[in-house]
Amino acid sequence: MVSILSVRDLRKSYGGTPAVDGVSFDVKKNEIVGLLGPNGAGKTTTINIVLGVLDADTGSVFVGDTDLRTGRSTALSRTNFAAVYTPLPGNLTVEENLRVFGLLYGVKRLKDRVDEVISEFDLERFRKKKCGVLSSGEQTRASLAKAMLNLPELLLLDEPTASLDPATAGDIRVKIREFAARKGGAVLWTSHNMYEVEEVCDRVIFLSRGRTLLEGNPRTLPGEYGKKTLEELFITVAREPLSLEV
Amino acid sequence: MAFGRVYAILLRQFYLIRGSFSRVVPLFAWAGVDMVLWGFLTRYLNTVAAPGFNFVPALLGAVLLWDFFIRIMQGVTIAFFEDVWSRNFLNVFATPIKISEYVAGLVLSSVGTSVIGIVAMLFIACFMFKLSVLVYGLMAIPFILVLFLFGISIGVLGSAIVLKFGPAAEWFIWPLPALISPFAGVLYPVSTLPVWMRPVSWILPPSYVFEGLRAIVSGGKADGTALLFGVCLSLLYVFLAYRVFVKVYKNALRTGLLARYSAETLS
Repeated sequence: MVSILSVRDLRKSYGGTPAVDGVSFDVKKNEIVGLLGPNGAGKTTTINIVLGVLDADTGSVFVGDTDLRTGRSTALSRTNFAAVYTPLPGNLTVEENLRVFGLLYGVKRLKDRVDEVISEFDLERFRKKKCGVLSSGEQTRASLAKAMLNLPELLLLDEPTASLDPATAGDIRVKIREFAARKGGAVLWTSHNMYEVEEVCDRVIFLSRGRTLLEGNPRTLPGEYGKKTLEELFITVAREPLSLEV
Repeated sequence: MAFGRVYAILLRQFYLIRGSFSRVVPLFAWAGVDMVLWGFLTRYLNTVAAPGFNFVPALLGAVLLWDFFIRIMQGVTIAFFEDVWSRNFLNVFATPIKISEYVAGLVLSSVGTSVIGIVAMLFIACFMFKLSVLVYGLMAIPFILVLFLFGISIGVLGSAIVLKFGPAAEWFIWPLPALISPFAGVLYPVSTLPVWMRPVSWILPPSYVFEGLRAIVSGGKADGTALLFGVCLSLLYVFLAYRVFVKVYKNALRTGLLARYSAETLS
């Protein structure tokens, strides 16, 4: 299958302390990959590098066949993201934000596309409302609508359902799965909700202290390491990563 | 350069201003107050000074042009600050926008907002205090060009300073015009300054504008060569300010400051 994202030997240090230390992975077309690990494992650093808002010390990131370092604008036009810590500007309405970001991503037939994502994420009632007055769940839906505007080949989601109620989170998971299955998108997903990861992701990558520790199918990986659940495996990664190193 | 992305920055600024009374009023209010204050002062000076010299084009015209520079500079910085205030860097810089497009968007936003202020100032100065901009003749074009370019350069430099040092550094930026004005000779000839201050004036393009303005008002001619030098100097400053902004941006990408901007520093 075609790789939409190829990350090779990525390294990033802050003042001599490695945040990401030789991470390599691929995300293929139609695939949802979970990037997991305890706080400080290097997940957000990795995502920030892929988003082009942080330069790696060494290593490469390719979106399709475009090197992010030399073709930043082209690579980023094929991606989009939503992160719980980066809401849309609260001083613009949902519709205004979507128009502005649609222009930034070079979306064709922008007016129609804005209407489509507003409908898709059930934001019609909030179209003319400023994002700052929306509840955190509504803001997350607005961010996801922005993330889907350009029908990205690569979608980066950093804890996208963290502030959603279980019903809305379930709806969002369905939409993301549909996006990957029907529209050919590749998704890199971080979450601390292991049940969600097990349900949504085709493959997971566990990071610990900036390095890839484990990789595999979230439904079979716990058994391979003598654990009953993904959550149990996660806790072991967080507390005793050395016990899992090959 | 993709015009759509430049337009996005401009449109964002339009949306913000359209929906906000507190953003609309400052576009013309303070410049208008300045015109009224200096208008009455010049009117008073005309009554007490020796007849034959008109303070309106000399002082009120100079203040109008200086306010034009301030509007342009603040137009750039405020458009940039909107991203600072709304913590929007990650959203914006994770899009395909190029840094040249972003800066072009800030400049266009500044032109749009400055026009409103200029119209208000001209209205007050011309109709209330009988300022005739025709007094300056065609020289008004290089005057405006120099101040426009210098305003852009200081605005872009100010944005780079805030990007480098964090949101609190915006308080370094607001007083910049006040720091520059004594050296720029807005209200008095550069020769009034002590000798040690004059070299600073020589490297400030607005000083050539205000020297030229006073020469015209006194019945002489503006020095075309000096004004050309002022235009070239302004262009150089625009180039340098842009290079500084790019360097600071690249440094922010390398250090991680852009991704964690609200932390202000990485230490």
